[in-house]
Amino acid sequence: MRELTYLEAVREAMSQEMRQNEDVFILGEDIGVYGGAFGVTRGMIEEFGPERIRNTPISEAAISGTAVGAALTGMRPILELQFSDFITIAMDNMVNQAAKIRYMYGGKGKVPMVLRTPAGSGTGAAAQHSQSLEAWMTHIPGLKVVQPSTAYDAKGLLKAAIDDDNPVIFYEHKLCYKTKSDVPEESYSIPLGKADVKREGKDATIVATAIMVHRSLEAAAELEKEGISVEVIDPRTLVPLDTETIIESVKKTSRLVVVHEAVKRGGFGGEIASVIAESEAFDYLDAPIKRLGGKAVPIPYNPELEKAAIPGVDDIINAVKETVNRL
Amino acid sequence: MTQKLNLPPRVAEKDLADLYKQMWQIRFFEEKVDEFFAKGMIHGTTHLAVGQEASAVGSIAVLEDRDKITSTHRGHGHCIAKGAEVNGMMAELFGRTTGYCKGKGGSMHIADVEKGNLGANGIVGGGFAIATGAALTSQMKKEGFVVLCFFGDGASNEGSFHEAINLASIWKLPVVFICENNQYGMSGPAKEMMNVGNVAQRAESYGIPGKVVDGNDIFDVMNGVGEAVDRARNGEGPSIVEAKTYRWKGHSKSDAKKYRTREEEKEWRLKDPIERMRLILVVEGLLTEEEAEKIKADAKEEVEGSVDFAANSPHPTLDDLMEDIYA
Repeated sequence: MRELTYLEAVREAMSQEMRQNEDVFILGEDIGVYGGAFGVTRGMIEEFGPERIRNTPISEAAISGTAVGAALTGMRPILELQFSDFITIAMDNMVNQAAKIRYMYGGKGKVPMVLRTPAGSGTGAAAQHSQSLEAWMTHIPGLKVVQPSTAYDAKGLLKAAIDDDNPVIFYEHKLCYKTKSDVPEESYSIPLGKADVKREGKDATIVATAIMVHRSLEAAAELEKEGISVEVIDPRTLVPLDTETIIESVKKTSRLVVVHEAVKRGGFGGEIASVIAESEAFDYLDAPIKRLGGKAVPIPYNPELEKAAIPGVDDIINAVKETVNRL
Repeated sequence: MTQKLNLPPRVAEKDLADLYKQMWQIRFFEEKVDEFFAKGMIHGTTHLAVGQEASAVGSIAVLEDRDKITSTHRGHGHCIAKGAEVNGMMAELFGRTTGYCKGKGGSMHIADVEKGNLGANGIVGGGFAIATGAALTSQMKKEGFVVLCFFGDGASNEGSFHEAINLASIWKLPVVFICENNQYGMSGPAKEMMNVGNVAQRAESYGIPGKVVDGNDIFDVMNGVGEAVDRARNGEGPSIVEAKTYRWKGHSKSDAKKYRTREEEKEWRLKDPIERMRLILVVEGLLTEEEAEKIKADAKEEVEGSVDFAANSPHPTLDDLMEDIYA
C-alpha cells in the first residue's frame, strides 16, 4: 500500500469528500493560494476554486459563526483555524451556538460542521501558538472531539467527521503532520468512538493521545527490551469515548498510565482515570493510576524548556516502571 | 386600483389588515407573558418588545416565504411575524412538549428552522455570523433567499458585529442587518455607549448602505427594509437598516427602570406603533373602526386560546431529558 503523510491524508480526505458532495466546502484564513498556515489545503483552490476553498478575513468569530449558519441551512462546512489557540476567539460560536442548537431547538435543526485545527507544541511558536485545549471542548455537551495520531486514522476519522450531522472539533497535531503511514487510496470511514490498540501488551496499559501515542510506542519498544510488555491504546476520539476498549485493557494488564500533552491539571487524563476508577476494572488494578500531562505553565520559547514542559519518552518509561514495580 | 399608501412592491394594501393583526397578536402575547411572569405562573426570564411591534412586523412583511431570519433575546415579535403559531410559542414558555422547542428552549431560543426562523438567541450579537452563514448558503446554492438579521443597539458594540458585517460586505451576501434601536442595552443608554448618533452610520465603514427609519411607523420600516431586501436579492450585498424605537417594558422581568424617566416613557407611549397604523388605515379608508376593533378582538382571542392550549399540553417526561443530544 502507498504511504501518505498525515498532512496529505487530511487533504485527501477533504478532496475526496468535496468531489462527491457539492455541499462540502472549506473556509479559513490563508487557505487559498497560500495553502493554509501548515500547507494542508495546498493545491486545493486550483482544483475546487475560490468559491469552495474560501479565503476569509482574519475574523475567527465571524467565520466560526458563518460555518454554523451555513451548516444550519444545508451546507457542510469545514472550518480551518490556523492554530487551535485561536479557538478562544471562535469559542462563543462553538460552545453557545453550534453545540446547543439541536437540543435547544427541540431536535429541529442540525449543525453538520467540522472545525479542523492544528494543536500542540514542539515548533518553537511559544505560549499563544502551542496549546492543547481539547479538554475544554470535551466538557461541552453537543461537541464531538477527535484527535487522530496517524495518517491512516486522520483520513478515516475526517471522513466520519464530515459525514456527521453534528459539530465536530478535529485536532491535528503539528508534529504528526510529517509522520507517514499506509493509507488506502479509496475513501474510507473510521467510526467516531472507536479506540485503536496501537500495540498489544500484557503488563501495563498506556492510554495516549495525538503525539503522545508516538512517544508511548517508543517507550513501549524500550520497555520491551527490559521485558515489560506494554499495551498502547489511542482513543482517537475523546467524545464519544470508547470506554470499553480501555476498561478491557486495564482488566487484562491491571496497570494504567495516561499520557497527554495538554496540561495535566484539568486535562482529559483525569476523565480516563475516572472511567477506570468507576468501572469494574478498578478491582483489577495492582497499582494506582498514573497520569502524565503538561506542566501547568504556558509553553515557553526556549527549545529545552519547551520540551521539558510536556511528557517525553523517558517520563513515560519511568511512569510505566513505577507502575509495574509497585506490588 | 391606485394605491393610497406608499408601499414596497412586496406588500399590497389588502395585506395591511393581516399585518395590523400581527401587531396585536404580538402585543397581547407579550402582555400575557408579562402578566404570567409577574404572577409567577411561568419561570425563567423573558424579554419583551412591547412598543417595538412595527419594526418586527414591518421588516418581515417585505420577505418572501423562503427568506430567513435570525432573531434576538427579545424575539417573540419576530417569531409571530415570521409565521409562528402563538400556541406553540406559549406552550414553549410553559415548558411543554408541544412548544416550539419541546419545552427545552424557553423564551430566548424559539426557532422554526423549517419556516426560516433560524432562532432567537441568548447571546447578544450571536446572530450576526449565523445570518451571514445562512446568506452564504443562499449564495453558494443559488437558492435566492434573503436573510434578515435582527439585533439591538447594544449588540452593535459586540465584536461579532464588525467581523460578520465585514465578511458579508466583501462577499456581497444577501443579508440585511436590522438594528432595532430601542435606546437601551439593558440599562445602558445607547448615547452613552457609542460615539455616533446612529448605528446605521457604521455601514459606511463597510461600504454598504445604512439607513435610519422610524421604527414606530410600520410604513417607514417596510419601505426602508424593502429597499434593502431588494438590493440583497439582486446580488448587491448587505445593508444596515436602523429602526428607532423604544421598549415600553424593562429589559427583562426584574427591572426597576432606574436608568430612565417616567416622562420619557410617556412620550414614547404616545408614539404607539399599533395606534399609528390603525389611524392611518382608518383615515385612508382601508379599514373601518369596526373592522379594526374586530381584528384586535380576534388577536386577543387567539392569544387567550394559546394559554388554554399551553396549560393543557403535557409536560416533558424525565426520559426526554437526554433526547436530541448526540455527544
